Amino acid sequence: MPKSFKEALESGKFVVTAEVGPPKGTDIEEMLHHIDLLKDKVDGLNVTDNQSSVMRLSSISVSHIIREKGGEPILQMTCRDRNRLALESDLISANILGVDNVLCLTGDYITMGDHVEAMPVFDLDSVLLLKTVRLLESGKDSGGNELKGSARFCAGAIVTPEANPIEPQLLKFEKKIKAGAEFFQTQAIYDLDNFKKFMRYARQFNVKILAGIVLLVSAGMARYMNANVPGIFVPKALIDEMAGTEKGKALEKGIEIAGRMIKTLKDENICDGVHIMAIGKEGKVPDILAAAGLV
Amino acid sequence: MIVADRKPLEQISSMIEGNNKILIVGCGECVSVCMVGGEKEVEILASQLRMAAGKEGKKIEIGEATLERQCDKEYLELLKDRIENYDVVVSMACGAGVQFLAEMYDHKIVLPATNTRFIGVTEGEGVWAERCRACSDCVLAETGGICPVTICAKGLLNGPCGGTNDGKCEVSKEKDCAWTLIYNRLNKLGRLDSIREIFPAKKYNVQTRPGRRIHEAFKEKE
Repeated sequence: MPKSFKEALESGKFVVTAEVGPPKGTDIEEMLHHIDLLKDKVDGLNVTDNQSSVMRLSSISVSHIIREKGGEPILQMTCRDRNRLALESDLISANILGVDNVLCLTGDYITMGDHVEAMPVFDLDSVLLLKTVRLLESGKDSGGNELKGSARFCAGAIVTPEANPIEPQLLKFEKKIKAGAEFFQTQAIYDLDNFKKFMRYARQFNVKILAGIVLLVSAGMARYMNANVPGIFVPKALIDEMAGTEKGKALEKGIEIAGRMIKTLKDENICDGVHIMAIGKEGKVPDILAAAGLV
Repeated sequence: MIVADRKPLEQISSMIEGNNKILIVGCGECVSVCMVGGEKEVEILASQLRMAAGKEGKKIEIGEATLERQCDKEYLELLKDRIENYDVVVSMACGAGVQFLAEMYDHKIVLPATNTRFIGVTEGEGVWAERCRACSDCVLAETGGICPVTICAKGLLNGPCGGTNDGKCEVSKEKDCAWTLIYNRLNKLGRLDSIREIFPAKKYNVQTRPGRRIHEAFKEKE
């Protein structure tokens, strides 16, 4: 197995990343269990940053824990809660804690979460955050000052292949590449034909694309996402497959579907890897990997 | 224009609590146009306060005045004699007008009757919408005349976030996605190239707080 996430990306192997959600509070027992369960089975573990604008443990502290345990953390950083001064400080701080993979995100709006009265920051956006990462690597901060020791990151971003309309999304995707993104983790995809179309376009760029895989746990969840989650489209055939499952077996079916999709993506060499989001069911990721024939 | 909302009657009543002589001062400019603090609204607020006091058996004296505008000293000066007859002044102007009135008559208690909301336009009858954040560094030339700083909830400068869907904003399905609007407008104008390059981060140091501007011709005097 390659040593670092960056080496994994460059090795040409089918890269697998998963996700850890820091808890709200100081009890980290369950999270530590998930980290132990996953760290040696994937090439990188994303750590979400106050996901959905809900206050939780910081992505830096949890990324550090993963690193200490010998795992490969991918620090998620959003522009919602910090201005450029704080973002830059946190980036170099992450670096000295051994955290050197970063996923640059805009972040959900404040009112989507549990601190609706807080000030939304958005001093930078995801494109400018990527640029800032590269700037810190050049030994400077955005104030134009010299750093005593520069930063070093494998930096990535997200893209939504099912966005509607797609054109403004692709324009931003290209800006993210210009700004220095090396890899992309996509929003969840379920329609492989649509995704193949996106990949035919994306292949012209020298970046690695990891397809987003969100574990389906019920037909209701699929319908909910279609109605409420921007950029997610679950085709009817998959919803019917979930709905037709005998009672109590929906999760198993979801794991089977995720495994099947991953296997197709890999076998047909459609993209460079997958990013598995088993929201709330992190313990099932090894089963998904098994279903995909990856372990 | 500056668009405001009127504060709830209960809040205004509680602010003036304990005072018997109240002068309500309206403004003939923006707040008059957006139907919140002009002559008519002064009349309405005065009636409401009189009725509320009557209900509680209290005796109060309410004066009414509406100035051309409250953001100019020459108009504020017109209150000079009259204001002395009152314990408190309730201004129905925007926050700027309230402060200027309070500054000129700093021996009087001046209270706001409005919440100032935004710089906006009249979209239709009784409908106003924000169009400018007064960021001191206008980007409208690059963005097809649609302001991402104002119209995008996150004020993003480099394209839509992942929360946009069907041309709407993640914050509310009632709101348009600024970057979808910008893309479509520039596409129509054949000017998409103006947003292909990375737009630099905003320079917040040009937004001095509090803002102040002196006309070239008057700089010497200052």
